Amino acid sequence: MNNQYYSKLIFELSHEGRRGYSLPDNEFKEYDLASMPQNLLRQQEPDLPQVDELTVVRHYTNMSNNNFGVDTGFYPLGSCTMKYNPKINEEICAMPAFSGLHPLQQENTVQGALEVYYNLQRSLAEISGLSEFTLNPYAGAHGELTGLMIMRSYHMSRNDSKRTKVIVPDSAHGTNPASAAVCGLEVVVVKSRPDGTVDVDDLQPLLGDDIAGMMMTNPNTLGIFEHDIAKIAQLVHDCGGLMYYDGANLNPMLGKCRPGDLGFDIMHINLHKTFSTPHGGGGPGSGPVGVRAGLEQFLPNPRVKRTEGDDWYQYSIENTDSALGSISSFLGNFAVIMRAYTYILTLGRENLAQVGPLATLNANYIKESLKDCYELPLKGVCKHEFVFDGLKDKSTGVTTLDVAKRLLDYGFHAPTIYFPLLFHEAMMIEPTENESKETLDAFIEVMRKIAHEAATDPELVKSAPHHTPVRRLDDTKAALKQIVTFAELRQAEL
Amino acid sequence: MSKIIDGLFYSESHEYVKIEGEFGYVGITDYAQHELGNVVYVDMPEVDDEVEAGQEFGAVESVKAASDLNSPVSGTVVEVNEALDDEPGLVNKDPYANWIIKVQLSDASELDSLMNAEAYKNFIGE
Repeated sequence: MNNQYYSKLIFELSHEGRRGYSLPDNEFKEYDLASMPQNLLRQQEPDLPQVDELTVVRHYTNMSNNNFGVDTGFYPLGSCTMKYNPKINEEICAMPAFSGLHPLQQENTVQGALEVYYNLQRSLAEISGLSEFTLNPYAGAHGELTGLMIMRSYHMSRNDSKRTKVIVPDSAHGTNPASAAVCGLEVVVVKSRPDGTVDVDDLQPLLGDDIAGMMMTNPNTLGIFEHDIAKIAQLVHDCGGLMYYDGANLNPMLGKCRPGDLGFDIMHINLHKTFSTPHGGGGPGSGPVGVRAGLEQFLPNPRVKRTEGDDWYQYSIENTDSALGSISSFLGNFAVIMRAYTYILTLGRENLAQVGPLATLNANYIKESLKDCYELPLKGVCKHEFVFDGLKDKSTGVTTLDVAKRLLDYGFHAPTIYFPLLFHEAMMIEPTENESKETLDAFIEVMRKIAHEAATDPELVKSAPHHTPVRRLDDTKAALKQIVTFAELRQAEL
Repeated sequence: MSKIIDGLFYSESHEYVKIEGEFGYVGITDYAQHELGNVVYVDMPEVDDEVEAGQEFGAVESVKAASDLNSPVSGTVVEVNEALDDEPGLVNKDPYANWIIKVQLSDASELDSLMNAEAYKNFIGE
């Protein structure tokens, strides 16, 4: 293994006049720049790195060696479902018949791709218990926004314009209130009970004819199944609102429990969480949105339709008169859709229903094995993830941040920390279904070791990490003095 | 052990108000700044904005989280602490010296529903 940390910027490798390509002769007429508005013209050359091809290849290969990912180690980042991305997904979507497609090709030349899109729509509808899906949104938050636009369109279609509020639990992901605000809706927060679930008594007085709907994650961000969900859905429906399901935690529900059956009207699914497509820096994401029967006409354009006769069928791309119009260019992130469809077909119905129980077993195994050293605020069986409220023994002043940094020394990715906000020292652990007992045991051993270090040698933990290429970063300075371009860096160094 | 000052009024969402005549200086408590961690941005209202007791008037963003600021009293903002724009970390250094807004109180009787130093000390369990 290469222990040298590679920290160069491609701009630092630049040499005046060096290049790795040559363009063919320009067969087009020179554009007359004088006809352009002068204020839109760049006054000086862009500062682009000038490098040869081998330098570029080495630069990015060396940089990629700095990465930590699911392919290199255990990644228990709660709420993110960092599950393994099976290589067969990559093989299938790299097939030239898919990877070589152009979004403007004629429909009759892309029937296979449209069939994949259509079939994934149907699979997601069946998995979630809803009627129809769009696969167009590019990410989870984009799906939330699309779903809320559907909610608003539904109310507006009934000339019910006073529904401007959305109820969001205090344990929700930050994207929920953010999406509601972007959609022009006002956020009303409903409190959680001590057991972490939505407080129905706190919810009731919030309901009225100004409520557009309620957003929920189930199991919630504490990994607890909302056992009052049927009652909550009924209360929200009775006041005329719609129920929105944030699919972030769909993983433990696969094949066991369907949001549509729980009373949800609209939902999004994160293909990059539940359906094994790359997540985070390895993205891009995809956030399909589904609706129950009766809301299909509010889905955004374009849609993929199937028409069939006795001995034929065909797929077409259609634009309806949906009030939403389009929320993306073309049909979303097709290569991601392709991977998710591959995953579903690879596992099949029976194995898909094993995902939740295994993810749940793994999470509970870690939780029970560590609850004597780490504070477990919510007892009992969790679903796919759980939250510790820091170390059990906080007397030495070692915080959740310190434990997270120390984990890096032992080669594990840190869990999600300081979220949800319900607990001051939150540490959110989600192992996923993929990990072997050996990996879970290794993680448990390290977590116990860190708890022991925190008690016996607290400074060691407080000053961690010690064995990573860079030591503890100054996140306050990073937030206050942001340097995000090379020009700014040069300016700062002057 | 968080610093709590006698003579100030405290809210359950960890803001304090220090009364001087008809004006109140509103900021976050030492307990709050400690829980938040290093503050990197304070979102403040503008002079002449109205604030309402118990309602949000701004936000404080730290390396851990962004939290709403709720005004313990109602009234008109007569001054905002502009020093926090350049150096939000002042809130961590001394949250009581570095108030966030100065409010002309519209209803001094609201102070009755706030906690005194001792009640606040019990409230945060110290």
